[in-house]
Amino acid sequence: MTMVAVVETLERKFSGKLQRIPAQAGGELYLGLRPADVPEILASLNSEYGVRIAAVFGEDRMAAERAFYVYYVLERPSDAAYLVLRAQVDADHPEFPSIAAEFPAVNWQEREIQDMFGVTAAGHPNPRRVALHDNWPDVHPLRKEFPVDQLLPPLEGPQHEYRPTLGEGVFQIPVGPVHAGIIEPGHFNFAVAGEPILYLQLRLFYTHKGTEKLFEQLPIPHAVFLAESISGDSAFSHGTAFCQAVERAAGIEVPPRARFMRTILLELERVYNHVADIGAIATDVGFVVANAHAGRVREMVLDLNERLTGNRLLRGMVCVGGVRRDWSSGEADALPSSVEEIRREFRDLVALIQSSDSTRDRLEHTGTLDPGKAKALGIVGVAGRASGADLDVRRDHPYAAYASVSFRAPVYQQGDVLHRMRVRMDEVEESLNIIHQAVDQLPGGDHSAPQREIPAGRFALGAVEGWRGEILHWVRTAPGNRLDRCKIKDPSLNNWPALVEAVQGNIVPDFPVINKSFNLSYSGTDR
Amino acid sequence: MFRILQKAWQAGGRMERYPASQARTKNSFRGKPAFELEVWKDARPAACACPTGAIQSRDEDMRRQVKIDLGRCIFCGLCEAASGGEGVRMTPEFELAVADRQQLMISAEYALNPDGSHRRLISAAREGAEPVKKVEAAGRRLASAVRRVLGRSLSIRQVDAGSCNGCELEIGALGNPIYDIERFGIHFVASPRHADMLLVTGPVTRNMELALRKTYDATPEPRLVVAVGACGISGGIFGTNYATRGGIDQVIPVDVYIPGCPPRPEALLHGILLAVGRLSSSTGRGCPAEER
Repeated sequence: MTMVAVVETLERKFSGKLQRIPAQAGGELYLGLRPADVPEILASLNSEYGVRIAAVFGEDRMAAERAFYVYYVLERPSDAAYLVLRAQVDADHPEFPSIAAEFPAVNWQEREIQDMFGVTAAGHPNPRRVALHDNWPDVHPLRKEFPVDQLLPPLEGPQHEYRPTLGEGVFQIPVGPVHAGIIEPGHFNFAVAGEPILYLQLRLFYTHKGTEKLFEQLPIPHAVFLAESISGDSAFSHGTAFCQAVERAAGIEVPPRARFMRTILLELERVYNHVADIGAIATDVGFVVANAHAGRVREMVLDLNERLTGNRLLRGMVCVGGVRRDWSSGEADALPSSVEEIRREFRDLVALIQSSDSTRDRLEHTGTLDPGKAKALGIVGVAGRASGADLDVRRDHPYAAYASVSFRAPVYQQGDVLHRMRVRMDEVEESLNIIHQAVDQLPGGDHSAPQREIPAGRFALGAVEGWRGEILHWVRTAPGNRLDRCKIKDPSLNNWPALVEAVQGNIVPDFPVINKSFNLSYSGTDR
Repeated sequence: MFRILQKAWQAGGRMERYPASQARTKNSFRGKPAFELEVWKDARPAACACPTGAIQSRDEDMRRQVKIDLGRCIFCGLCEAASGGEGVRMTPEFELAVADRQQLMISAEYALNPDGSHRRLISAAREGAEPVKKVEAAGRRLASAVRRVLGRSLSIRQVDAGSCNGCELEIGALGNPIYDIERFGIHFVASPRHADMLLVTGPVTRNMELALRKTYDATPEPRLVVAVGACGISGGIFGTNYATRGGIDQVIPVDVYIPGCPPRPEALLHGILLAVGRLSSSTGRGCPAEER
């Protein structure tokens, strides 16, 4: 059954409750509905058709329609189409029914809509603030009447209250937002009984930078650089997701050469991050030598990145319509030998780690996320695949040149740190194979479509399998080559609750390696 | 164990000798944009193309004031493309760290032709040419004492005040065997109480402002603060908005600014060594082993 057929069945079953909304890009279906009908229809879609909720977000349409929209982006296995439900929330009664109790995956996303738009998720099991901290004044930054540069009074309101830790010999360990390592800020509150962790409470959004609001201020060519700054280790993936959304909205055809070049660079981004994470996981259990080699291999990839794009982290390369810099035949021809050199060194690194029994001993059965929980929480990407969630945007919703290359998405059921590392090890091999295939097929021709102004009032999704997992961008264009709305969904937003589950019952000294095995983006979450 | 030794033997030494030798930049590397103010025909396309507003152009009475702030630059190269290769050129130069924010500023005044292009350059102030001496409150800096105390060995506490994590990746790379920052006696520590220097990234989000202030207060004197990246210097592409403060020096005093988006590891090294007086800022180059 295809998504089109699902929609037809749905329309018969819920006749009169759903309105078709013409989509402006292929592979997307839009249905309008009343907020009150959302829980029933989503429950039916989930139980009968195996539909998963990829993202939930809001939009201020007060000027045009005196309403707020709440969108539910849905997908189902082995179907390339996305179904988007759009609930129209009346401005006089700004409320929509929460589905967080049934679908824990949307918990934070619904609360973010509350914070950012002042629209209530009625019946939410934990309706406290998430994106704007408790001590912010009562403002809703994504409302159109809120000026981006509004100066807010100093933080004075009440602080966040953590769930109390009660009982004899039970303690709280507060950590952060400034952490001990060279990593991003966030607050972890551990409840511990001796060494084992009873539960973990997360407090994020310390790096909230008003990114989605800023997208509404910049001309589209400038907004590409903002997309690259959503999460620095996924600059190319986020940049590409953004450009794809704009291209799809505007009907821009990306030349084949650019699609293959993007594929190669997306895989290089995956490789350099996976190699770094493998090394970091080894370091966190005391195998520092392996990390030194990983650091060296990673530098080999970053050197290649710089040769190909002018930037070690692949910045400033992607643009709406293609890529900014073409490769000479020499640069493309040199790629396979560079890739093989990286593969050789990478295999040595893997062999080194696998030769260490004590490393395996620390990683196996550590930080386990069982497949049932992963599914209920909607976990995606590397962490999902290590816990049985067989999702990969490259395969399920092919973009760039992924329809022209063959690869395998490794899936394991064990869900421990060892298997999150193993998924990465397998994926590096697959990525290097993809690069080979893409170089072999690299077509000639233009590396970018001609630049032109983007028409207003068009909307579409852009989806990319970043190295962490599913990245979604949704844009609505505005007059003057600008955007009216840009929603960003980083895979980290889905996956933070997985960390909370995975650490339970583990000892505090294993927290760093469990956290590293997820390696979620704070900036991508907080935006 | 045998495997570990075998691999170490095979891999050999890969350390880069920078700053004693050249950095490992590739030909395509985009470093600092060079502005040839005398031959620049029109600043408007570059100003219009700049995504962060690092290039500002303002016309009045057939005259144009152009202001360029390398502290806002994200090194994207759009200014070069927009100028058609005339007047603006991307160079591989990355040693851009300065102690004075003003040294990252370039300004020029042009007389205009009727079509708005430049007729002639009236005056110009180049980056780093006229260092505006900071009036330092007595006892606040004591720069030479700081160098004397901290110059030989340095403990750094890194603080992410809302960055995208790009700067953290490059700061992290300083510890790998290629850049090996420990060869200078410099190491990263887990607490500000152990630190001599705070290496701060990000535009300072509203939610991190208090944490940054507290971290600064927890760092014993003498202490140095280095602002990293376009965001750390000026807010970068995020600028100043409802959620950001627009740079580290809006919140705590800064000693050295390191431009970049993100700065490459050698650029970070350059800035850190500059901050502890182990480089001469006029040449930007020096031997780490030199005696002072």
